[in-house]
Amino acid sequence: MTERNVDILIVGAGPAGLAAAIAAHEEHVGSVLVIEREKEPGGILRQCIHNGFGLHRFKEELTGPEYAQKDIDRIHELGIPVECSTTVLSVSRDKSVTCVSSENGLQLIHAKAVILAMGCRERPRGALCTPGTRCAGIFSAGTAQRFVNLEGFMPGRRVVILGSGDIGLIMARRMTLQGAKVLACVEIMPYSSGLNRNIVQCLQDYNIPLYLSHTVTDIRGRERLEGITVSRVDDHRKPVPGTEMDFDCDTLLLSCGLIPENELTKGAGIDISAVTSGAVVDDMLQTSIPGIFACGNVLHVHDLVDHVSDESFRAGRAAADYIRTGFVSPEYISVLDGSGVRGTVPQKIRIPADNPVTLSFRPADVFRGSSVVVECGGKELLRKKALIFTPGEMVHIVLQPGLLHDLPSDSIIVRLERN
Amino acid sequence: MEQSITCINCPVGCRMTVVLSDTGGFESVSGNTCPRGAAYARQECTLPERMVTAVIPVSGSAIPLSVKTSKPVPKDMIPAVMGELSRVCISVPVSLGQVIIPDILHTGSDIVATRSLK
Amino acid sequence: MSYQADILVIGAGITGCAVARELSRYNASVTVLEGAYDIAEGATKANSGIVHAGYDARPGTKKALYNIRGAAMYESLCASLHVPYRRNGALVIALNDNDIPAVEALKSRGLENGVENLEILDHDAVLSLEPNISPEVRCALHIPGSAVISPYETAFALADHAAVNGVSFRFDETVLSAEHLPDGCFSVKTNHDTYTCRVLVNCAGASGADIHNQLSEQKLTMIHRRGQYYLLDRETVPAFSHTIFQCPSPMGKGVLVSPTVHGNLLLGPTAEDITDPSDTATTAAGLDEVIRKAAMTWPRLSVRSNITNFSGIRAHLTTDDFVIGPCEDCPGLFEAIGIESPGLSSAPAVGQDLAEMIARYLNLAFRDPFLDCPEKPRPFNEMTDAEKAEAISSDPSYGNIICRCEVVTEAEIRAAVHRPVGARSVDGVKRRTRAGMGRCQGGFCMPRVAEIISAETGLPLDKVTKNGGNSYILAGTVDSFLKEETVHD
Repeated sequence: MTERNVDILIVGAGPAGLAAAIAAHEEHVGSVLVIEREKEPGGILRQCIHNGFGLHRFKEELTGPEYAQKDIDRIHELGIPVECSTTVLSVSRDKSVTCVSSENGLQLIHAKAVILAMGCRERPRGALCTPGTRCAGIFSAGTAQRFVNLEGFMPGRRVVILGSGDIGLIMARRMTLQGAKVLACVEIMPYSSGLNRNIVQCLQDYNIPLYLSHTVTDIRGRERLEGITVSRVDDHRKPVPGTEMDFDCDTLLLSCGLIPENELTKGAGIDISAVTSGAVVDDMLQTSIPGIFACGNVLHVHDLVDHVSDESFRAGRAAADYIRTGFVSPEYISVLDGSGVRGTVPQKIRIPADNPVTLSFRPADVFRGSSVVVECGGKELLRKKALIFTPGEMVHIVLQPGLLHDLPSDSIIVRLERN
Repeated sequence: MEQSITCINCPVGCRMTVVLSDTGGFESVSGNTCPRGAAYARQECTLPERMVTAVIPVSGSAIPLSVKTSKPVPKDMIPAVMGELSRVCISVPVSLGQVIIPDILHTGSDIVATRSLK
Repeated sequence: MSYQADILVIGAGITGCAVARELSRYNASVTVLEGAYDIAEGATKANSGIVHAGYDARPGTKKALYNIRGAAMYESLCASLHVPYRRNGALVIALNDNDIPAVEALKSRGLENGVENLEILDHDAVLSLEPNISPEVRCALHIPGSAVISPYETAFALADHAAVNGVSFRFDETVLSAEHLPDGCFSVKTNHDTYTCRVLVNCAGASGADIHNQLSEQKLTMIHRRGQYYLLDRETVPAFSHTIFQCPSPMGKGVLVSPTVHGNLLLGPTAEDITDPSDTATTAAGLDEVIRKAAMTWPRLSVRSNITNFSGIRAHLTTDDFVIGPCEDCPGLFEAIGIESPGLSSAPAVGQDLAEMIARYLNLAFRDPFLDCPEKPRPFNEMTDAEKAEAISSDPSYGNIICRCEVVTEAEIRAAVHRPVGARSVDGVKRRTRAGMGRCQGGFCMPRVAEIISAETGLPLDKVTKNGGNSYILAGTVDSFLKEETVHD
């Protein structure tokens, strides 16, 4: 067992961890180390071989591996160490991280600051309580994506996709291009949470029907999947008897939501938000433990990796700042979800505010011709119109520090208002 | 004749109506809220094109190679593009950006590696 | 092709494995024929995992006698096999005034069966033990001796121990017919082979009555009764520590809420008679019933943290008791039939008795030496930091975490493949190591587990199965799919 010290330790070398590492290093406050459980850095981007990444950040549309490589190249240029094939087992309150690898055995690393960037996992079938048999052939969409794009194996031939989020839509196209037959995409909500471009380019282009307000109500097959039943659902998302459709398929891909992977976070005793399933953080992305920060999908599930990078740069700078200036117990104002808004991050803001604060949230529903309103004690701080707000697109708004001076109350509310 | 299409340029997703001539040529569009929508409608009704990304096996590597077209290709050529990809034979090493197939099927687009493989 | 063994055991569930292990103490050739791909693929992997104290079975029945004896054996059995056992205690709760006499009657029955330390607790005492129980509770029978185990891990350990002492396990062997030959031997025909033996042991679970009825004039009627479950995630603060039973009522049997030995929470089971004994599907109606009934015990019940659902088939005889022992009109046939609850609790005692009867019948001498079972590696997740460091330096594959949710290493998975009756499928690895049983249900680790199975068994990756037969994980390579005609039409 070896013990060592680093200044800033980052858990995860996906897009969040890599960006945080680059930003932290460039502050030159001390040593930076990134720990990654896979054999190579890049995180989930390694298996996202489709394009659509980097339009905001690089002004070009890259594939996932190409986007990741830009940060990986920069990491190498800067000489930041990344230890791969190393799994973190625990993070303690006093910022000691226990990890294991075949090469280096058990390590106990004492850090001055820790940045959590573990990403997220997929919701499995059990969480849906779908009845039927427990046959082979049921995969979460990401696991299927890994098999195809990183391992070179096809999970099945005749496919139904449950969930029309972007991962499900992308896999509909991927399975079709690579030689499988995709029979349908089934979505329990009356709208898809995926981008319109993906509905067109992944479903319509290949004549794959999209069944909104439907769900899978039975799974059949003793050993390998043989078929499923799909039913329409009512306004309470309960199946409507008599609307059953049977599909003859050997593969069911589940794209039913992403859950931030916060086991290490909980183990450290950090406060978790029940809404985002990520850590409760302030505007410096610091969690309830001073010196421990969180960014990327582990904090809240993003839809554009460009915003993950932005957020993670801020976390890296914040961790460096923490080391430079130490922890000064601040006063906070709370940030609350108002009507139409879910999961605003950060949940609190330090005052006095010196820097712009980025607020991110998801609309609770589809809002056309609406405005986002930020108010405090009845006083409107900011109002911003948009043609559309949709649950599939995280909203990011920046509050200039001047707006946060002389506030009438100690909480601000973010809400959506129809014009 | 008229055709309904959804713009994909931004999340608004304007529902547009396109008017085509008897020979299927693009005549006009309505329902877009910005010029990008009109441009998309014109392209989509004249010559819809798409970027194609795929994985192909590589001799000497357990991991397949992810590739992309260097620019969009006509949408109706996608199956033929996949057919060409199924016949390509490459082996390690491959570098990110390496041209795997130049000017695939005379589209002017190359097939390019999006990662390196040793 | 014909195969000779002294003893053939039909069925590798908990009962068959217990019998096989006891028989392996003697000098005899023993073969276990199992229709599925692995040990414990029937009811043994799909029950509540409870070692009942024995208050529930009617006094004087075989169920009662074997339950009491088996339950008393389990703690030291599990310790010797290095499988988990936790005596967490149980409560049978009275949720309305009509339940109170039922609870008292169970106490009397328990006393008659010889169960110790039973007591009736009042409302306040129950809630101080288990604050999450419905405030409607009137009283409860407290059974301190009730325990939870991992039924399939116990079966694997018994099978491994039997195997190192010469027992042969053959899988994918479904018995089609069994015949008593004129010379007193048996001829057993399976889907692959014909076997002959001197003694036949029927531990065939759902098929137990079928096998019996081919060999005996005293016909048995079996009803296959399905039970569906929810399995909830582990919580930092578990909702319950005791196993909580409801009283049976005119409305039917209640459902239980119980921690498992690994700290998950189990809700269920239903009790539906079905016609197809292999129909282990769960149903919307069944799962709804479990929630409705469990909510009576646990008003704040939420299945948000559900990680899986499953069902098991009880082998229920219309005579409502076990059939254990020699078959009267078929000498040489020894049986354990109708092994529904308390079958798990009874298994060690059933195994012991049947083996002794068979040893006397065949006049068997003890095997010498009788080998200890080779120890499994200690779960990495249970080691101290110092032990972890030591494990990795002696075997670096301990440093390769495969299942993140349950913290299972490559070393343990490889060891599971190489056990005496080792894992050959994704589910086989899962049940031996817990890899894939956590909150992501194999989303992260399944590809890695499949790779290790492929590497250790030589099976190509696209031939690795979930649990044998046609349950292949993958349909082919990217290469083969690209080259198929259908892509470019």
